Order: sequence, then C-alpha cells, then structure tokens
Amino acid sequence: MTVALPTRGDEAWRYSDIAAVEAAWPLPAPESIIVPAGGTFARTIMQDSGTIHQLDIAIGKGATAAIHVLNTGGDYGRVELNVTLHEGADFKLGAVQIGGGTQTLEVITTVTHAEPGATSSQIVRSVLAGMATGTYLGKVAVARDAQQTDSVQSVKAMLLDRSATANAKPELEIYADDVKCAHGCAIGELDAMGLFYLQARGITPAEAKKLMLQAFVAGVFEGAADEESLTEAALSKLGDLV
Amino acid sequence: MLQINNLHANVGDKPILKGLTLSLNAGEIHAIMGPNGAGKSTLGYVLSGRPGYKVTEGSVTFTPPVLPGEGRGPEPQTDDSVAALDPGLRRGTQEPIDLLALEPHERAAAGLFLGFQYPVEIPGVSNVQFLREALNAQRKYRGEAPLTGGEFLKVAREQAGALGMDMEMLKRPVNVGFSGGEKKRNEMVQMGIIDPALAILDETDSGLDIDALRTVGDGINRIMRKPDKAVLLITHYQRLLDYVKPDFVHVLADGRITRTGGADLALELERDGYKELAA
Repeated sequence: MTVALPTRGDEAWRYSDIAAVEAAWPLPAPESIIVPAGGTFARTIMQDSGTIHQLDIAIGKGATAAIHVLNTGGDYGRVELNVTLHEGADFKLGAVQIGGGTQTLEVITTVTHAEPGATSSQIVRSVLAGMATGTYLGKVAVARDAQQTDSVQSVKAMLLDRSATANAKPELEIYADDVKCAHGCAIGELDAMGLFYLQARGITPAEAKKLMLQAFVAGVFEGAADEESLTEAALSKLGDLV
Repeated sequence: MLQINNLHANVGDKPILKGLTLSLNAGEIHAIMGPNGAGKSTLGYVLSGRPGYKVTEGSVTFTPPVLPGEGRGPEPQTDDSVAALDPGLRRGTQEPIDLLALEPHERAAAGLFLGFQYPVEIPGVSNVQFLREALNAQRKYRGEAPLTGGEFLKVAREQAGALGMDMEMLKRPVNVGFSGGEKKRNEMVQMGIIDPALAILDETDSGLDIDALRTVGDGINRIMRKPDKAVLLITHYQRLLDYVKPDFVHVLADGRITRTGGADLALELERDGYKELAA
C-alpha cells in the first residue's frame, strides 16, 4: 500500500517541513509496540540527526509505558506517537525540543483512552531561537466507555527570539462523561527582570539565559533511565543557543 | 569611589534623572531620601545597567578601592591571568572605571551590588546554585580561582547564619514563596556572600518588621561598614537610619539632589516632610 505524501492540508503535517518529508518519503511502517497486560515499557528517543520517528504503542490492561524525547537535531525532526490505552493502563510522555536556525521540530501525539480507568500524562517543553519552528499537536481521545479517564497535557514553549515560532495544540475529543482531562498551554519569553537580576549578581547574559532555560526544562526527564545523559545533552544544546 | 556627574537618564522617552551629581568616598554611608517618583529607584537601576534605562548626558566613574595586600571577596586568590586583565578591572588598582560603559554583570564583577526593592523570583533555580554561579562568574572575571562546592557552602553558611536565615531556605528556588521580609533578608545574605565594594540598597527596609529591620541593619553594618567600602541607601523612611547611621543624607527631588546634610537631615525630613523642605 502506498500512502500519499502529506500536504499542509493534513492537520498532522500542517506545520511540517514538507520538502524534508518528501526527501524521506516513503516512510517505513511505524514501529509497533505492544505492551502486554501488566507489563512495563520505557523508551528514550534522542532525535539529533533530522529523522522522523513514528511509533504505534498499544498499552494493555494495567500496563505502563513511558516515553522520553529529546528532539534537537537536523533541519527537520519529528516524533509521532500513536498510543492506545486499555483498562487501567498508564502512559507518560516527557518531551523537550530545542531548536535554532531554521530547524523545524515536532512532537505529534494521538492518545486514545479506549477503556476505563486509564491515565496519561504529557509534558512538552520547547525552546526555540532564530527562525526555528517547534510544534506540539496532541490529541487525547476518550472513548464512550472509557470512564474515569485521567489525562493531563502540559505544553510550554519559550521563544528566545521574536523570529522563532511555536505552535501548540492540545486537543480533546471526549465521548465519556466521567473523566478528568486537564490541558495547559503557554508560550512566552524569558522574564527580562529575572535575567537582569541574575546579571546584576555577576552572571553573564548567556549563562543567565541558560540557567533560566535549565529551570524551564527541569523535571521533564524525571524517571527516565538515562535522565542524566538526557539532561546533559539538553543543557549542551541550550548552551549552543544562548 | 563613585563619582556621578550631571547624570541625565530616561526611562522610555521620559526624563527621570535631570542632572544628578553625587560623590561617594570609601568608608562612607550615604542615604538618599525623597518623595515618590523623584527618581530614587531609577538611580539604582541606571547605576547597575538595567536595560531600558538610558543615560542621555553625564558620567559615572567607579574606583573600587583595595587596601594594600587585601582583596575583596572570600578567600581571595589570584592566578597568572590577572596580569592579562584590563588594568581598570584588576583588583588592587585605583584606576577609575567608566561604569556606564560596562554590562550589568561586569559592573557586578567590578564590585557594585544592587539590593533590589522587589527581589525577583526565579522558579527552578536554587539560591545556592544561583549564588555559587554568581560568585564564581565574578571571580572568573577578576581572574581569581573559583570556589569549590565545599568552600562556597562554608561562606554561604556563615552569611546565612549571621542573618538568621535557615540553610534550607538557601536550597529553595530564588525568592520563590519567600515573604517580603525573607526576600530582603535574602538580598543581605547575597550581599554578604558576594562581598561588594559598593552597595546600592533600594528600599531594603520596606516590608520589614521591627526585628527584621534590626537584623538587616546589623547586616549592612557588619558587611559594608569598612574603610574600603561604601553604601548608598535609598529609603523613604528615617527608621533604617536608626540602625545604619549615614555620614551624609541627600534629598532627591525631580531628578536631582536638592539638598545635602548630615544624619540630622533625615530627622528633619521625618518631622517636616519633603514639601516643607522644598518650599
């Protein structure tokens, strides 16, 4: 089966670098991951070379899956997750995107709560400089039977230059009537007064920015097996940007 | 130590300082008092280089004095890179620095400390990390070896203890969730750790209860009342001056110094108000 090259008319590719997508087309089939009932799954995705990652993840009854993403490299980097949760399952996503120049970085998720009592949490932080574009499109779908769903989306982007772009679209599609679906979204700039305060104590402008950005992305990689190396890689990329 | 000459400055397009002249010598404590909107906080921000505060005329020179054989900062050490530094920034020289030509972090490294009227909250950055980075950035700028974690904690513990601040508070994010009084106390702990040559303290007394006022006053005396240091106290009220006795009191009104006197001037102001004085 051939799938047509997406266009900007496709919602999931609206902000993508279509030329880069075309160069990579046709994409291999998404990696399929099935977490059996009661199982646990963890994966770290370090996207540092401009690649497209597509994962389909089915999380069985009472099972858990945790994905940590550091999306930093290449002209175009995309991490696309299609997650289905069964009864009482848990899904966690912690993603950081750091881009500068003319990079386009994306995290696209569809999280389907198919059965009751499942929980999902998505934390996404983007730091964007220059002419970079960072996008998070995240849809949480709750099926009619999936009562007691508890889902959280926390999406924040920090623009270091006025020429950078952040797109954020947390989206809910809920058919059940007894659910908790929280979503928060903020796009901002570093607090000028905070930066001045740090500088007035002797910290250079670049270090001051780095310190505040480090705080901005702190905690996203919590619980990852390679938390330290992820944090280190993120800090080094932040150091390149400021 | 600090020579301000005919300083004019705008915030946005609005002129705030209109020809301010003031001179501070080492070993002196000066208080600046004045009505709301006179330009007191603007003076502090202009001297420390806050973006958006534009100097349109005048000059400021800063000459951080150092007693022979003595440096500022905890356990001062020098290495060979000192010789390579700009002479004006080298510890132990008496070369005047054009303060306005420096970036805010360079002014701090040269020995200037601004105590903020409203200390800024910085979520996610711990006090300890912030202060260690600040101190070591200054030391690096001056060509001194950085303090190790242990050396820094020793200094931090001493200063926090002297100001009655719990070490646990030093581990919390900078000023986040601190009460008004705790923020001001934290400013003094920072001043103690950084050990500047010149401190500009912008309404450090506001928001303090009577006990905290005494602690902060004692802190200022302990850290800054030394022959090689100077303080510019910006305040509305006379009460801090009961604890920190100024050598000079200046009245700042409409962007310039309109009157200068001794400690008694503060009492006179407290009694008669600024209006009476201006009349």
